[in-house]
Amino acid sequence: CQPHPGSFQEELVIRPLHSGDIYASFQFRTLWDTDFLQEGQKKVSHYRLFPKSLGQVLSKFSVQELHISFTQGFWRTMQWGQPFIPSPPGAELWVWFHDTVSDVDGNWKELTNVLSGIFCASLNFIDMTNTVQPSASFKPLGLGNATDHRFLRYATLPREIVCTENLTPWKKLLPCGSKAGLAVLMKSEKLFHSSFHSQAVHIRPICQQCTSKAWELRQTLNVVFDHYTSGQGKKEWSLFKMFSRTLTEACPLASSSKVYVDITDNPELFELSPATPLLSQAVVLGDRRTYSVYDLTRAETFGQLRSFNLLLRWKGDSGDMLRPLLHAERYVAGFGLQTGEIHTVIYNNHPYRAFPVLLMDSVPWYLQLYIHTLTVTSKSRDNKPSYIHYQPAKDRHRPHLLEMLIQLPPHSMTEVTVQFERALLKWTEYTPDPNHGFYVGSSVVSALVPSMVAMSTNFTQDQPLFSSFVPVKEESSYFVRVYTEPLLVNLPTPDFSMPYNVICLTCTVVAVGYGSFYNLLTRTFQVDEPSPPLAKRLANFIRRIRGVPLLA
Amino acid sequence: MAAPLTLLLIVAVTIRAVLFRSSLAELISERVEVVSPLNAWKRVVEGLALLDLGVSPYSGDVFHETPLMIYLFHFTVDYAEIVFMVSPYFVDCLSCLLASLDRAKIFRKQKYALESDRYPADCLELLRSPKEMFYIPLKVAMFYLLNPFTILSCVAKSTCGLNNAIIALFIFCTLKGSALLSGILLALATYQSIYPLTLFAPALLFFLQRLYIPVNLRRSSFWCFTLQYAFIYVGSLVVITGLSFFLLGSWDFIPSVYGFIFSVPDLTPNIGLFWYFFAEMFEHFRLFFICVFQINVFFYTIPLSIKLKEHPVFLIFMQIAIISIFKSYPTVGDVALYMAFLPAWSHLYRFLRNIFLVSCVLLACSALFPVLWHLWIYAGSANSNFYYAITLLFNFGQILLVSDYFYAYLRREHHLTHGLYLKKKDGTEATLVLK
Repeated sequence: CQPHPGSFQEELVIRPLHSGDIYASFQFRTLWDTDFLQEGQKKVSHYRLFPKSLGQVLSKFSVQELHISFTQGFWRTMQWGQPFIPSPPGAELWVWFHDTVSDVDGNWKELTNVLSGIFCASLNFIDMTNTVQPSASFKPLGLGNATDHRFLRYATLPREIVCTENLTPWKKLLPCGSKAGLAVLMKSEKLFHSSFHSQAVHIRPICQQCTSKAWELRQTLNVVFDHYTSGQGKKEWSLFKMFSRTLTEACPLASSSKVYVDITDNPELFELSPATPLLSQAVVLGDRRTYSVYDLTRAETFGQLRSFNLLLRWKGDSGDMLRPLLHAERYVAGFGLQTGEIHTVIYNNHPYRAFPVLLMDSVPWYLQLYIHTLTVTSKSRDNKPSYIHYQPAKDRHRPHLLEMLIQLPPHSMTEVTVQFERALLKWTEYTPDPNHGFYVGSSVVSALVPSMVAMSTNFTQDQPLFSSFVPVKEESSYFVRVYTEPLLVNLPTPDFSMPYNVICLTCTVVAVGYGSFYNLLTRTFQVDEPSPPLAKRLANFIRRIRGVPLLA
Repeated sequence: MAAPLTLLLIVAVTIRAVLFRSSLAELISERVEVVSPLNAWKRVVEGLALLDLGVSPYSGDVFHETPLMIYLFHFTVDYAEIVFMVSPYFVDCLSCLLASLDRAKIFRKQKYALESDRYPADCLELLRSPKEMFYIPLKVAMFYLLNPFTILSCVAKSTCGLNNAIIALFIFCTLKGSALLSGILLALATYQSIYPLTLFAPALLFFLQRLYIPVNLRRSSFWCFTLQYAFIYVGSLVVITGLSFFLLGSWDFIPSVYGFIFSVPDLTPNIGLFWYFFAEMFEHFRLFFICVFQINVFFYTIPLSIKLKEHPVFLIFMQIAIISIFKSYPTVGDVALYMAFLPAWSHLYRFLRNIFLVSCVLLACSALFPVLWHLWIYAGSANSNFYYAITLLFNFGQILLVSDYFYAYLRREHHLTHGLYLKKKDGTEATLVLK
């Protein structure tokens, strides 16, 4: 058997947020020089660092790129800034298939079922009624000239809940499991006791120094610990307090294992111990940040006790945060169960630059959108989108897809409104708790935001993982994707206890019509001769026998 | 006659103009009793907007009008209010004219019958005199123009008004005696919504009666004319459908329009019987009950035609009424169409049995529809059963109205042949029953 070289890197970034919360982002990257999709070569069977379950999925369904995320909670952009890797609440799955696939829908259906088994999630609820094919919003993040969006499928399940059941199989995909390295910190009782928890798997082919193609598997876990519920009031954070564990060793299979702490706002903000001489600077999300680096592959990091526990003690009050340049909100307006309006508000906080954003909305079929009521206003003036791709929904078959390219004026608020009507569904199509409402997935706002700081376009091996997730194509802008809130919409409900009664009553009314018409059509008018009473009839009968004349 | 008619027209125009300009127009065009997914103006505008975006209007499930409607509104969308104002007048003038045509025909028939001594002596009071029939066309016009249902339908810009105009034009051409125009217009009406197919039989019977061809299946003259008329009808239908295909370049409109009418996928509440029934239907039986309910509309044609083969005008009225009650997406505009013809049978008043009950039921239901809708959808204090109950009652009232008029008509015919004051065998006054 040929040894396939591969490498595994793990890192943890801790960023204290201005609101007093702590943002911890784990990233685990496995690189593997192999080709799952090449025909003619013998099937890949020797898996070392790359998980076998995912490798088999990739080759069986001819997947070019796979992105799946499970999120609990909503990322508050205005309070926390931009996340390293954005994700919408619930489950989100988008996949680029290889262009040799003939039946994309069949592959998609099987893929969702297989992933549902791998991640113990109910991804089997993804079907054609909530899958869309975005034409511009989800371009491939890895290699590939794929421009035909027939091979792209996007679906989101806003109602999906993330729990320990989903974390355990996710941890099992790591080469060291949860036994060594940074993954020992992932204890579910602490991770789910947070304001925001998101775990994701991103698989894509990348260019390995552009000599050969390699597969990259990134597993990311973002969590925001709430200052008030976890910190017990004291502004002091440590790894032990956050995760109830300390680090004892790096993963032996990892070529690099680092912990980064964002100290850009130091020393006024907090005090870090143990101190470290290693520093690193990186430009991420249009901002130059400085990080203290702890290298876990070096034994000195663990000190005498052979345990590494980071301690952050807050000193001063948090100052002003850099306002994120792009921010979006969404809400439903209107009253009653007949109509409504979806309002999406996008903020451009750049002081002098305007830039275009791509807004993608996927609305379920039972909210019938009226595209002629679409209005886009910026600074109370009409702002016509330059590109609109609209695919109307087909009842019970596919959802609405609306994609628009909107130019946002500098320092402004843009409002996109569209009216909809709520449909009455068949009684079997309602969820068991129909008055809870129906979820509408988050809108996706994708943009290349102009950067105040020059971004680096060179890709080096030593670059921290959190800054190399999204490929940077030009120096002056960086890619940002913002997800809005999912909506909860009530639909009118029929009375679920009534099927038999309704059938009987309606058929009764139809029968009344039928009966009257039948009577009038088949009978004729006759003079009503009353029949003689019984006694008289009996008497006549006897008289007839006797042969005597009958009574009148 | 001209002066009162003009006054009526002015009043009707004023009412509609006032309502068009007020804020009530928005409110009325959203009401489910007045518009349905098939004929809402909002959906027409949506279909045109989709066409502008380069997407076929039939690719979604929001637009269910025929391609000829797209063509019509593509050019007149800015003048839509005028189009919808004109169409009820169209219907109305036609109803007027056909009431007067009908009147002339009735007089002729009565004259012949009197001269041939076909009527028994005591039923002269049943005959209709020119004096009482003078104002019938005006009454028909009034019943249609000032009917609140028609006004609501017009202000909502529902395309039901246009469909009614085509049906009225068809009846007019039939009564005028032009088989060609009648066939073409019937094809157009069927193309718009399939149910006017049932009007083929009464039109055919009218023409046969007019041309003195006896309705005898063994006679070749009967088949000759029937085939001619059927050929005109089917031919025009094929031509119109072919034209629609060439307009948009695809057959998408057939499942979107006709498939939609027959399979009832959209369960938006309306004044009909279908929506709640199919919202609560067990999935297993859905196809069966769809077939039953759709056959229910069509299958009264043959028995009614056999019973009323000498009275094709009344048969047309009955068919229109049955279509309005039992169609898959009825609106008050459909109800207004057959109600407009009621004054033509005002002489039946003495034989109607339930007219007071029926009018009370219909008035009460019309008032309760918006109330219970508000309670269900906006206040949240009632549920869908309340609105459904009023729907049931409204349809029951309509069925009672139609069958009452049918009873009265048949009874009058019986009296015309057997005499008005009937006596039992022993000489006392008799009661008449259906046996």
